[in-house]
Parts: sequence; C-alpha cells; structure tokens
Amino acid sequence: MWDISLSVRAPRKLRVLAKIALPARTMTPIPVPDSKTSYTRVAIGLHWLIAAAIIGSFAVGLYMVDLPLSPQKLRIYSWHKWAGVTIFLCVVLRLGWRLGHRPPELPAAMPAWQRSLAGATHVLLYLLMFAVPLSGWLMSSAKGFQTVWFGVLPLPDLLDKDKELGDLLLQLHMLLNFSMASLVFIHVGAALKHHFFDRDGVLARMIPFLGQSQRGEFR
Amino acid sequence: MKYRLLGPALAGALLSLAPGAQAIEFTQLQPGKSSLGFVSKQMNVPVEGSFKSFRSKLSFDPAKPAAAKAELEIDLASIDAGSKDADEEVASKDWFNTKTFPVAKFVSTSVKPLGGNRYEIAGKMSIKGRTQDLSTPVTVTQQGNSATFEGSLVLKRADYDIGGGVWADFGTVANEVQIKFRLVASASKAAAK
Repeated sequence: MWDISLSVRAPRKLRVLAKIALPARTMTPIPVPDSKTSYTRVAIGLHWLIAAAIIGSFAVGLYMVDLPLSPQKLRIYSWHKWAGVTIFLCVVLRLGWRLGHRPPELPAAMPAWQRSLAGATHVLLYLLMFAVPLSGWLMSSAKGFQTVWFGVLPLPDLLDKDKELGDLLLQLHMLLNFSMASLVFIHVGAALKHHFFDRDGVLARMIPFLGQSQRGEFR
Repeated sequence: MKYRLLGPALAGALLSLAPGAQAIEFTQLQPGKSSLGFVSKQMNVPVEGSFKSFRSKLSFDPAKPAAAKAELEIDLASIDAGSKDADEEVASKDWFNTKTFPVAKFVSTSVKPLGGNRYEIAGKMSIKGRTQDLSTPVTVTQQGNSATFEGSLVLKRADYDIGGGVWADFGTVANEVQIKFRLVASASKAAAK
C-alpha cells in the first residue's frame, strides 16, 4: 500500500475549518494514517458509497410510503427496490473484502469496553445492512409485487402473496430501519467523539485527509 | 329445455358418425371453480389481479363446436388489482369508471375448431362503453360431466380507454394486459349413448 499522505492534501478551506473547530488546548496532532492505521482505499470507497446509498434510500423510503397512488409513486418504489438490491450486493462485496483485509488496529489507549461496544455496533450494522434489504425483498413478495432489478432482472419471490404477512414484514422492515438509524447515529457520534475529543485518529482511518490536514497545519 | 328432446336424437346421429363420442352440452358455469385473472406490468414488474364476480351464458357441444356460444359479464367492482390502493384507483374515471360502467361484457360471434381440443373463439368485448373485436384460442378439457375452458389473451388497455390521465404513459403501466381465464361448466343434460 502506498502512502497517500504524500500525494493528497486537504483543500485549504477544510484545513481552516479544522483549525476553527478545534480548541487550542487540545491541539495534539492527530496520527497520520498509513497502511497499518488506515482502511484500504476499496474499504473506504465501499463504506462511503454504501453510507450515501443507505441514507438516500432511507429518506426516499420515508417519503414514498405516504404518497397517494400515482405513476410517480410506482417509479419511486421501483427505484427504492433497485437501490436496496444494489446496496445488498455492495454489502456482500464489502464483507468479502473485509474478510480478506483486516481493518486497522484501534488505538492502544482505547478501553476494552469501548472496543467491545465498537465491535458490537459494527457487527449489528453489518447484520442490518443484510437484513434491511432482505426484509424489503420478502415484503415485496408477500405483497405480490415482485422485485425486478432495474426492470430487467427478476428476483425470485420466496414468499407467496399473503396480505397479513406482507403487513407484518412492512413493520419488520421499518423496525430494522429505525434500529439501523439509531446505530448509525451512535456510529457517527462515536466517530466524532474519537476525532474531536480523543483526537486518536480513529476517524482518519476512514477519512485519510483528516490526518494529513492535521500534519499540514500543526507540524 | 329443448335439448331434452334434441339430446337422444342427436346422440343417435352421432353414434353413426363418430362411434364412442358422447353427445353432451356444457351450459352451466361453475363460478366456484372458474377464475378470471389478469397480469399487468408495472415498471416491467408483472402484477397479478383478478375479478371475483362474473357470469356466463354458454353452450358448447364438442360435436358441434361451430354452434357454440358464450357470453361473459364481469362485475368490475369485484376487481382485486393487487392492493387496496390499486382497487380504489382502478374504480376511478381514469380507469374503469366503475360507477358509470359497472359491467364488462364479452359476446361470442364465432367458434372455430383448431384441431384436437383447441378452438378459436371470436367475439366482441365491451368495456367502458367501447367495443372491440377480439379472438382467442381456447383449450377445452372434458372431465365427465364438466368441461374446462382455458386460455389467455392480451388486451390493450388503451383500446378501451382504461388508464388515462397521468396513467396514459405506458412506461409505468404497460398497455398490454394479459387476461387468463379458466371457466368450468357442467352439462345441463348429458345424453346417453
């Protein structure tokens, strides 16, 4: 793995922002990520791609459920389902990549309970990244609306049409989504806490230029 | 009732023409065993639906297929279009306008044997005040005292002004709608050999 810190510098605006956001007394340099302390580029790319897709699909999902029936509603539902299938496949790729590429070590100073909590949050997030699209797919089947990926590739219906089961799966899909939203909230909160309070480089593992901006400013 | 008199005479005539054939005429629709379904494509996704309430007047004698007749009346309010939202939507003026046009009707004009147990039935289909010519192959399966008439055909919804307004674009709901029918009729009077 090459050291990207040599070739990329954060834009000036961001560096200025970082300076404003950080109180002077805590200005110990954030460790610069390298191949041992940073995720791989593929892992970083998949993380942010999936994050954006999940947040977008979640928002679309909230918006679309109460729409009155219209061609636009049918289109949005289809797009939401296509996005779900796509996210699922990206998560499969991501998990495969992760199994072959160990994530960077956590800071040595991190207490054991925080490590356990972080581990548990990540495991649950992975489970939900599979469970949310799966529950949507099953719900579609039970409601009698097959999922046809991009209008081209039909996914098999694992369940027969069953209105009550469909309504139950809708509840499950929502429950799983709100569980995921809560975990994402915790996940983001923890990342920000590591960056702004602990200043231990944990967030820079996933946003490499954060570490560099610190080096650029405070060396 | 006229068949009661006609039956034995017919059977006699048939015996000489086609030994083993049984003169039998199917006239009584069995609603519980019959079904009338359709498949529409929404965003290229096939969505199943059906009509729960329909009536048929028919007469079919396998020995005289050309004389067969069929009439089918469908109560459009009995639709199951796949979801509650859809059921309400298709009753609206853009779709079936069910209040003004509660019944769709098919009346046969001719029946032609296609060989084996297949026949082609032609007729006039009226939905929402529009009448179109229609023809479709039908497979007839005879089982004892009843016969099953099965087939499928494709209607174009625009031919009947079904789904106008915002729905007129075929990109979300396709113009072609596949109709699948399975009508079971029993014989009102089976003539002995």
